Amino acid sequence: MQATDPNVRWLEEPKLGLAGKMYIPALIQGLAVTTRHLFSPKMTVSFPEERPVIGNPLIYRGVHRLNKDEQGRVKCVACFLCATACPAHCIDIIGAPSPWPDRDKYCESFTIDELRCIFCGMCEEACPVDAIELTSLFDLTGRSREEMIFDKEKLLSVYDQTKDAEPMKSASLGGAP
Amino acid sequence: MLSISIEALIKIGLLVGGLMTAAAYFVLLERWIAAWVQDRKGPNRVGIPFTKIKLFGLGQPLADGLKFIFKEEHTPRHVDKILFTLAPISILAAALAIYAVIPFGSVLPASASELVGMKHQIELVVAPGIDIGMIYVFALSSIAVYGVILGGWASNSKYSLIGGLRSSAQLIAYELPMGLAIIGVVLMTGSLRLEDVIGVQAGSGVWNAFAQPLGFVVFVVASFAEAARLPFDLPEAEQELVGGYHTEYAGMRLIMYLIAEFLHMITASFLIVILFLGGWHFWGLTGSTNNVSWFEAIARIVVLNVKIFGVIVFFMMIRWSWPRFRFDQLMSLAWKVMLPLGLVNLVAVACFIEYEGALLAKIGPWGVTGLMWGLSLLAWIAAGIFAPLHSDNRARKDDFVVSAEERNRGLRTSP
Repeated sequence: MQATDPNVRWLEEPKLGLAGKMYIPALIQGLAVTTRHLFSPKMTVSFPEERPVIGNPLIYRGVHRLNKDEQGRVKCVACFLCATACPAHCIDIIGAPSPWPDRDKYCESFTIDELRCIFCGMCEEACPVDAIELTSLFDLTGRSREEMIFDKEKLLSVYDQTKDAEPMKSASLGGAP
Repeated sequence: MLSISIEALIKIGLLVGGLMTAAAYFVLLERWIAAWVQDRKGPNRVGIPFTKIKLFGLGQPLADGLKFIFKEEHTPRHVDKILFTLAPISILAAALAIYAVIPFGSVLPASASELVGMKHQIELVVAPGIDIGMIYVFALSSIAVYGVILGGWASNSKYSLIGGLRSSAQLIAYELPMGLAIIGVVLMTGSLRLEDVIGVQAGSGVWNAFAQPLGFVVFVVASFAEAARLPFDLPEAEQELVGGYHTEYAGMRLIMYLIAEFLHMITASFLIVILFLGGWHFWGLTGSTNNVSWFEAIARIVVLNVKIFGVIVFFMMIRWSWPRFRFDQLMSLAWKVMLPLGLVNLVAVACFIEYEGALLAKIGPWGVTGLMWGLSLLAWIAAGIFAPLHSDNRARKDDFVVSAEERNRGLRTSP
């Protein structure tokens, strides 16, 4: 569309008045803003000494954990929905016949490559039994690539580490634990 | 003769040491102010090496310096090797050489000379009594252009070249209003020696900024441009030119450029303070003659440095208060606004000096000051209306309406 097209509706800002043309009021205005911010409280979080406040852990997407049920068994039923939903293909599950009577399968091995993960939370959305969840832990680190491939034990230990601070999301949202 | 050389060497040592330290710590201050203005805390971790003592980040300049020293001294294959090395050296040398005539205090009392067995009074300037001091300063500050354009040219890179070209145009354009503002001061003083400029202001107790406000404003704007600080930092506009003329530089050569830039800012602050803000003079504290006590001598050094510090903080605050000018705005500000304003100031000061006696008799000192301020205000308003200080470049409908006549004559085409 041409700028001269009759359908173009022009919204023009008002022309500068004398004060605007004289520049000084604008300069003082700008300096006043910067000076105010110079003395205002700072937003920086000094990380290792101070921890950032996680706004809402329910919607925060940090490191994964594998939830356990009341008897301490892994909740996962090896349905592969999370692995299917994962856009980064970072979840690797090996299913096996369940030793317990209340379900058919369980996960013999459950591995998440945290370096490939994009923390989108799709696995959490897909899980039908609320077994995999994203915690608000954001600083879980490792010294090698191998260390950052989390296996079942590691993911269950993340649950043990965070269960007191963050109860299972389904429970806190009013669902079955 | 020997004692004079030793005296000069001591002063040079003090000055260069002080300036290098100051430049390093002004980098830290710059980063702090940048952070505080943006509601951040800024560098506050680096303290004493190998300990956990943080000292509010005062070790940062040391870390920065070490980083630059240990960086690879990379010379790209496509550069002109001699000029590439010569450019940062020349700019830093020129920036340092300016300080030969800039007083960093007043004089030491007579007892200090007796203490070391010298006959003359010790003046706190490396080369005291240079009669062309001001011309020397501006000659050397013009050499900065060579450093910038040589660096831009020798780098053989488009960013560098455009940065260098912009810089040369900008620095040459702003030299004129700066010169005009200085001529006003020289007329008032009757001398080109920077010590005399301060002496006259201290003697009368009227700083030049009060006597000629227009000259002060023109000089401050021009020195911002000469120091290539925001809002005039077009030579190295990061968003457009990556690094401007030092895009291709790294390591020690880069730090030479960076130090030279900070030295330009410090020089500009020195000149603003010395020429317009009374140098070491403060009413009722520093006295006004060369016959000083120890207290006055030290008070003068402190006053001068506090003023310079204040001006530098102002420089840094302006950086975050104002956006950068576009190049055509920069040029029209120099030629259409600052140059005429400088001329008005010059003529006003000349008239004032010519008719000083008659004016003072008629309307008194306050009347003269009022006249000067009124005239400055009028000139400023006139410049605001007729030679726009701003350039309003927002799109407007009538910009796009091209009359048939204009189109036929090929004067304007629709954008």
